[in-house]
Amino acid sequence: MSKKLMLGNAAVARGAYEAGVRVVSSYPGTPSTEITENIVQYPEINVEWAPNEKVAAEVAIGAAIGGGRAMTCCKHVGLNVMADPFFTASYTGVNAGLVIAVADDPGMHSSQNEQDSRHYAKASKLPMLEPSDSSECLEFTKLAFDLSEQFDTPVLLRLSTRISHSQNPVEISERKETLVKPYEKSIPKYVMMPAMAIGKHVVVEQRHLDLVKYAETSPLNVVEDNSARIGVIVSGTTYLYAHEALGSSVNYLKLGMAYPLPEQKIKDFAASVDTLWVIEELDPFIEEHCNNIGVKVSGKQHFTMLGEYTPAMIRSAVLGTPNPAYIALESAIPGRPPVMCAGCPHRGTFYVLKKLGLTVSGDIGCYTLGAVAPLASVDTTICMGASVGAAFGMAKVRGEEFNKKLVSVIGDSTFIHSGITGLIDIVYNKGANTVIVLDNSITGMTGHQQNPAMGKTIRGEDTRAVDLVALCHAVGVDRVRVADPFDLKGFEAVVREELAADEPSVIIAQRPCALLKHVKYVGTCEITDKCRKCKLCMKLGCPAISVQADGSVKIDATQCNGCGLCTGVCPFGAIEKKEED
Amino acid sequence: MKNVNIMIVGVGGQGTLLASRILGNAILSLGYDVKVSEVHGMSQRGGSVVTYVKYGDKVYSPVIDKGEADIILAFEQLEALRALPYLKMGGKMIANTQKINPMPVITGAATYPEGILETLGAKVDLTALDALAMAKEAGNTKAVNVVLMGVMAKNTDIPYETWVESVRACVPAKFLEANLRAFDAGYHYTGA
Repeated sequence: MSKKLMLGNAAVARGAYEAGVRVVSSYPGTPSTEITENIVQYPEINVEWAPNEKVAAEVAIGAAIGGGRAMTCCKHVGLNVMADPFFTASYTGVNAGLVIAVADDPGMHSSQNEQDSRHYAKASKLPMLEPSDSSECLEFTKLAFDLSEQFDTPVLLRLSTRISHSQNPVEISERKETLVKPYEKSIPKYVMMPAMAIGKHVVVEQRHLDLVKYAETSPLNVVEDNSARIGVIVSGTTYLYAHEALGSSVNYLKLGMAYPLPEQKIKDFAASVDTLWVIEELDPFIEEHCNNIGVKVSGKQHFTMLGEYTPAMIRSAVLGTPNPAYIALESAIPGRPPVMCAGCPHRGTFYVLKKLGLTVSGDIGCYTLGAVAPLASVDTTICMGASVGAAFGMAKVRGEEFNKKLVSVIGDSTFIHSGITGLIDIVYNKGANTVIVLDNSITGMTGHQQNPAMGKTIRGEDTRAVDLVALCHAVGVDRVRVADPFDLKGFEAVVREELAADEPSVIIAQRPCALLKHVKYVGTCEITDKCRKCKLCMKLGCPAISVQADGSVKIDATQCNGCGLCTGVCPFGAIEKKEED
Repeated sequence: MKNVNIMIVGVGGQGTLLASRILGNAILSLGYDVKVSEVHGMSQRGGSVVTYVKYGDKVYSPVIDKGEADIILAFEQLEALRALPYLKMGGKMIANTQKINPMPVITGAATYPEGILETLGAKVDLTALDALAMAKEAGNTKAVNVVLMGVMAKNTDIPYETWVESVRACVPAKFLEANLRAFDAGYHYTGA
């Protein structure tokens, strides 16, 4: 036994390892990514990046039915993609334990919405556990596997950004090796066609009642009695914030099980205090349950549905006592939104799209930053894969001429995730859209994960790569071009030609992410005295180039990585690259 | 003991993650409870990044509220100013003098505030230093983060030896010598 400082995500991985998990299949998504990345250190586990969350869940479900403990991990919006298989896995149940870890992102640090995944537990009738720190991440994950087998159900493990990305000391222990359970064919259990599913729905409802009973006495739901008059019901992050803010001035009911919620336990807790609060980020999930069972609580009339909570918010609302004094800023200061890195291959693409004044149907990845000024090129971002289908829909109502000024942009990993199906729709239903696949040889935004187009597995082993050109040809796109987005003139010509064509086309914009180890640009760029201060280079939105107080333009050598894109933009040849670093 | 709250702020890509790892490791080796909280993903792409480090007998919340940070370690001037409301009254601010223009300044939509160090110096206990120059002198321009850790280390009750061990544990062997020199330069920094 030893203590280690671990991210919540690493602790989930450790918990799964100690629980004897055999298969882990996931698609990356902040803030869940490091769970699966941390599995890689355990050679006993078969781990993979799947093309998308749906496939990942199916692999995990199959593994569990096959008799080995399995896990799949995703972010909240990833759970939408995998919803279809796990709603029905709720009916089939498991053979060996199956855990679905999902990380919500209150505050939207790195997400396109702020959905509360607890609703999925209720809708799919699956139990959901919610740890508050890394230590609980490990323990709850292990318990989740046991509960999965005990109740014959997949188990959801809900995390959030602060739990996933906080490191705290964790006590680790050895792996408990599990045997692969026998697989027995059972059509009534595993074949979900109407006749069998009707029978299984009965089982699901009974299981739900059994789980409610479990929630009443589960060690996951803990009362911390400080002999106070005020009670607070909390879970996950809000246990931490409330404890920080309220200390021993209140009694706590900490719900480690987010679903199903206990009834009698909450009623007993309510009876033990004069006033009762429910403190939960995002939706009033626990509060509505309290209302349903006739327990009066203070909740969302005092707390926002938006973003992350803080101890100060809770102190003000519950105790009304002052928060620490602080020095306020006297005036507003410039924000610092995220930007594409210096040397980012997407910068060339968006510079050209902006220059041509195109409507850009966007997608989820680093290139979503193409919506940020000064490039401000992206028109829409909905969800992963949506750029392709959404552009097709737009073309349907706005017509042929509009379509000649419309492109979809989608990353390599994202294209395989769910863009390819949109492309099939365009071909099948006689569209003529132009799709640009931004192939930077990696899954970038989530921090460099391998994907099927790279020819590398999650363990870095060589594998067969999806040939993007052949794939597009195979679904019926005849016009497929590969172009370098840093060759601005050449790239622009390709975009013009493909937009002019009266048939579907795909441009694969190929240049690796500047942060990849093997990408080595040499030297730095410099503005010479040939500069006429036209500021055309400023349109690139490169973080290294800025205008000085005197109107001159300067390249910050500490920010410049020497990619040289700006040298091709300057009409006066005033930007030179110096080779020495 | 009373909890100690430290905030490390900077710009994505400046190496704040290594700094928080060195700090977290040092604290853990002393047997304290500790929480190190940071945000990964989109905000890391050249945006403002914040790491909260809290330690003591028992730490609950991983985040630090306004007026609660005992020490703020800022890798960049504008980020130091942005973090000011989080500093406890009487707290310590350590700021690298480096300036990195954010995109609204680059595009001309906003201007980079003037005289940040003077503003901070007039309001709080400030140590400002050119950590980049010191890192260069130590032999590795990337060791800016370790120079700053050195300055911060001097302001905690964690022993020097514990820090050095943590640097050894967190920095790859081939960069170790330069990083140890960088740490010492920060640790012994007495002001310009």
